[in-house]
Amino acid sequence: MIRAVMVINTQGKPRLAKFYDFMPVEKQQELIRSVFVVLCSRAENLSNFVEADSIFGPDTRLVYKHYATLYFVFVFDDSENELAMLDLIQVFVETLDKCFRNVCELDIVFNFSKMHMVLNEIIFGGQVLETSSTEVMKAVEEITKLEKASNAISLVPRSVSSWQS
Amino acid sequence: MEQLKTIGLEQLKTIGRELAMGSQSGSGWGLSKEFLDLVKSIGESRSKAEEDRIVLTEIETLRKRIIEPDIPKRKMKEYIIRLLYIEMLGHDASFGYIHAVKMTHDDSLLLKRTGYLAVTLFLNEDHDLIILIVNTIQKDLKSDNFLVVSAALTAVCKLINEETIPAVLPQVVELLCHQKEAVRKKAIMALHRFYQRSPGSVSHLVSNFRKRLCDNDPGVMGATLCPLFDLISSDVNAYKDLVISFVNILKQVAERRLPKSYDYHQMPAPFIQIRLLKILALLGSGDKHASENMYTVLGDIFRKSDSSSNIGNAILYQCICCVSSIYPSTKLLDAAAEVTSKFLKSESHNLKYMGVDALGRLIRINPDIAEEHQLAVIDCLEGTYDILDIRFWKIIANKDPDDTLKRKTFELLYKMTKSSNVEVIVDRMIDYMISITDNHYKAEIASRCVELAEQFAPSNQWFIQTMNKVFEHAGDLVNVKVAHNLMRLIAEGFGEDDNGEDSQLRSSAVESYLRIIGEPKLPSAFLQVICWVLGEYGTADEKYTASYITGKLCDVADAHSSDDIVKGYAVTAILKVCAFEIAAGRRVELLAECQSLIDELSTSHSTDLQQRAYELQAVLGLDAQAVERIMPLDASCEDIEVNPLPLMIMSFLDFVNVDIDKGLLFLSTYVQKSLENGAKPYIPEQERSGMLNISDFRNEDQREASSPALRFEAYELPKPSVRASSPVPHASSTDLVPIPEPTYVKELQATSRPPASDTGPMELKLRLEGVQKKWGKPTYSSAPSASTSSSQKPVNGVTQVDGMGTISSQKHEVSYSSRRPQVEISPEKQKLAASIFGGSSSKTERRLSSTGQKTARVNSPAMKKSEVASAEHPSEKAAPLQSPPPDLLDFEEQSVPNNTPSVDPFKQLEGLIGPDEVSSTNNHGAVGANRPSDLLTLYDTPTTSGLSSSVANLPQTSMDETNLMSTLPNLSNKSIHGENIGTHQAPLRKGPNLQDALEKHAVARQVGVTPSGKNPNLFKDLLG
Repeated sequence: MIRAVMVINTQGKPRLAKFYDFMPVEKQQELIRSVFVVLCSRAENLSNFVEADSIFGPDTRLVYKHYATLYFVFVFDDSENELAMLDLIQVFVETLDKCFRNVCELDIVFNFSKMHMVLNEIIFGGQVLETSSTEVMKAVEEITKLEKASNAISLVPRSVSSWQS
Repeated sequence: MEQLKTIGLEQLKTIGRELAMGSQSGSGWGLSKEFLDLVKSIGESRSKAEEDRIVLTEIETLRKRIIEPDIPKRKMKEYIIRLLYIEMLGHDASFGYIHAVKMTHDDSLLLKRTGYLAVTLFLNEDHDLIILIVNTIQKDLKSDNFLVVSAALTAVCKLINEETIPAVLPQVVELLCHQKEAVRKKAIMALHRFYQRSPGSVSHLVSNFRKRLCDNDPGVMGATLCPLFDLISSDVNAYKDLVISFVNILKQVAERRLPKSYDYHQMPAPFIQIRLLKILALLGSGDKHASENMYTVLGDIFRKSDSSSNIGNAILYQCICCVSSIYPSTKLLDAAAEVTSKFLKSESHNLKYMGVDALGRLIRINPDIAEEHQLAVIDCLEGTYDILDIRFWKIIANKDPDDTLKRKTFELLYKMTKSSNVEVIVDRMIDYMISITDNHYKAEIASRCVELAEQFAPSNQWFIQTMNKVFEHAGDLVNVKVAHNLMRLIAEGFGEDDNGEDSQLRSSAVESYLRIIGEPKLPSAFLQVICWVLGEYGTADEKYTASYITGKLCDVADAHSSDDIVKGYAVTAILKVCAFEIAAGRRVELLAECQSLIDELSTSHSTDLQQRAYELQAVLGLDAQAVERIMPLDASCEDIEVNPLPLMIMSFLDFVNVDIDKGLLFLSTYVQKSLENGAKPYIPEQERSGMLNISDFRNEDQREASSPALRFEAYELPKPSVRASSPVPHASSTDLVPIPEPTYVKELQATSRPPASDTGPMELKLRLEGVQKKWGKPTYSSAPSASTSSSQKPVNGVTQVDGMGTISSQKHEVSYSSRRPQVEISPEKQKLAASIFGGSSSKTERRLSSTGQKTARVNSPAMKKSEVASAEHPSEKAAPLQSPPPDLLDFEEQSVPNNTPSVDPFKQLEGLIGPDEVSSTNNHGAVGANRPSDLLTLYDTPTTSGLSSSVANLPQTSMDETNLMSTLPNLSNKSIHGENIGTHQAPLRKGPNLQDALEKHAVARQVGVTPSGKNPNLFKDLLG
């Protein structure tokens, strides 16, 4: 089972943190910090796997991938395959890339909810739900379309006035 | 995509400015300037404090804004997102939770989904607000809009707890047949989650998972594999019928029969393949028939998988895992070894990592198979140094900083350790241990070092040095038991018959400790060991004078004045040294510093230290005879040497000096009489209920082979002859004919494991067959083959052993000897490989010799007799091993003044091992005198002789009562020996762990009481 997904930037700021078992906020911060410390200490061209039992408990490991200013981190237990998780990160990032056309950290910061939407389509309750970025994109687009449709009616009049205040 | 745009602050500012000017072009973020400013200022903040300040202001703003009436919905959505952002940064946003909850009630899809997103991130399943959401979720699950349904399902996964499951369960089950496959998938996952939460709540719905396996949509089928994996791991047998289906599905997937859209990087539905392989591994484990169905498809996958892509390798790795878990097939293991060697040779650290892991699996499963494919594997392990691959050393050497890979490789090395390479490996491990800062892992490495050193140490000196290093650098991290274990090892020796070696071990320990003792900053645990050993053996070989040793001990106590435990150890050690002196008839003159230490401690705040100080003074006041009476001496002082008395001396002193019969000695005559008249021996209450469980506990105990459990077995000597001598506790060998060759092909189903697959881990697994089904993943070795409980017994280190164990050991001897020549004839390379994989198989031996040690003892002729005896007296059987626990308990729970229970067990002992034990103890002095250098006398000889004589004495249970009486102190004295190592630790172990500790000590005691013997000849005798 996947325990957590994190996106942390190279300064250690969390950009996304999703824990599939509930964690209190303080604990989340602590975990993010310790993961960041571990990641920082690793040079380039090393393996993408880190045994994480000192952070997340026995038999956990994490797989990370470093893209530009961001670390994508998946934490999971021994029922998952490391290499496959690495590819899942790839799927996630690929999808984000399709979503935002050449994704960058800013997209992620400001489209916080969209990123969650994408992630929810890929991982559901700690299990891998969908691994095709095309399928995920389809779902996300559909959602966005419907959301817009449903909002268009109620929001148009007020949003114009309130938007830039 | 690989090149995510790097954004600097500059860029961020530019965008910020744009937005500030009201330009929304391009971005489409749809968020206000405020939020952007927030993100920007946080991004620019220089310190955590500054960031906190910004966030706190933001929280204040939001707190005010969010309660304003009539907030436009869009605005509200943004507020909620800002709250999420704040909470992600680690600040409390709980004031806004209720608004997120409200948002889920909204009709607008966008808001509803945002609301659901927020509540899943904010709340946990037991949060008070959940009650406000359940209704909405119920309604939304029935919605016509599938997006609403999906959002609700997401929330269900995160927010529904055991109590609320029934509220949504019907709806979720209905959704299993929803027309949208995305919804079906999520419904399955939600049910899976329910199953994880509370298996009982959905147990009646399990059939739904099977049904969904046949869903038209491959995605839904793939999703079904997740819950099925969990279900199968909890009960393999209920799903054996699905093997064929799974194999067919896998075949179809591998043959690209799924729609193109499921391809990923040119691989057909790789994630589904991986999941199926995991499931097959479970189903095929230990099931030959099921496994045979899989062979073809697995072979296909090995052939078809593309090893150039990451995902292809992921499948290959999963295939190796599967192959090493199911009933072995030569061809497949061949392929697996080949892939493994490719992984190892790869430049990619990721693949190397997987390779090392895979090799570990293969070695564990069957070293012989690895041997057969040694040429494939040897290519990647070109041994250069000893047996170890240069690649491994490269990984380990500091130049290569990939810690993950290093750890993995150390894990493999740990599995490969044997007596010929232990020095290299352990030295490296220690170097590594010193270099890392992660305490968690440091402790693990330390205990592994200890374990390996104990089992394979080539010389005493090396052993002591290694232990010193470990303790010096990780003394406070290792389990306290490791320290106790070390003391015990030094006290008992390594089970060798050669006592000279044991005393040499002790003196080298004393030497090195005296050298090291002055160093600053030694960990407390290490100091305890040092004190204990110096107290016990400091003066034993008369190299050092008592005053020299006591002086050193005083220094320790002075230097660590804040550490009461160390001081306690030091004082007790001084006491022992003095007692030995007195007993030897020499005058003891305390050094001035020593006297002042005693004075200081007698006014200590710690009652424990006070007690010890007074005891020391009391002992000093006794004459030689009295001391001798407390601690029965013989000419060679052996008794004392093996009879260490820290802490427990107090009960003795009370016993001897104070005129109160706390041991209820006056009753012992009566007790004895009743026993003779057929009364049952007293069994303390704690034991009566726990009796049946004890072997289970022990089983569990042994399962954790790598845990720092007490280990008293001898370590393997580098002599090759040991091999043949170690009896194999073979689970299923009872009905097995001797196997002449090591090829697993020849192996019968009955064995369900290759004859030479005596690898350690394997061995462990095998032994625990019964247990494993429940808690571990079974390996193929746990085939439905007959694992008779009788054959497991020896393994548990329990006294009762049937002849079978011995017979099996004989068989193994045969198979061993028939195997070795082969290895020797092999050409150079094969030899190398053999030594590598032999390494793993000799791990077996070592495991064997460690576990076998117990068995060895058990199997020794004396024990056989005891078996006869115990067979005749079934009621007595259990007791010898039961007796220890109360001792321990007593010491933990009873304060010094009342040591009645501490005597009880001995009575039991008397009753059980009986009159003979007593008489033998009487002889003990004589025995000791006869064999002045026998350091093991206490644990071994008396019991052995007792047991052997028990055969003769059994018919007439009559015994000399006075004899018993007079020896009682001796007996109790003896038992204390077993205990005292544990005493310091006892208070720490109070609480839930008590029983565990108890069991371990029971094992300890048991081992102590069981005759030992590692002498190969013993078995020769037995086996004719």
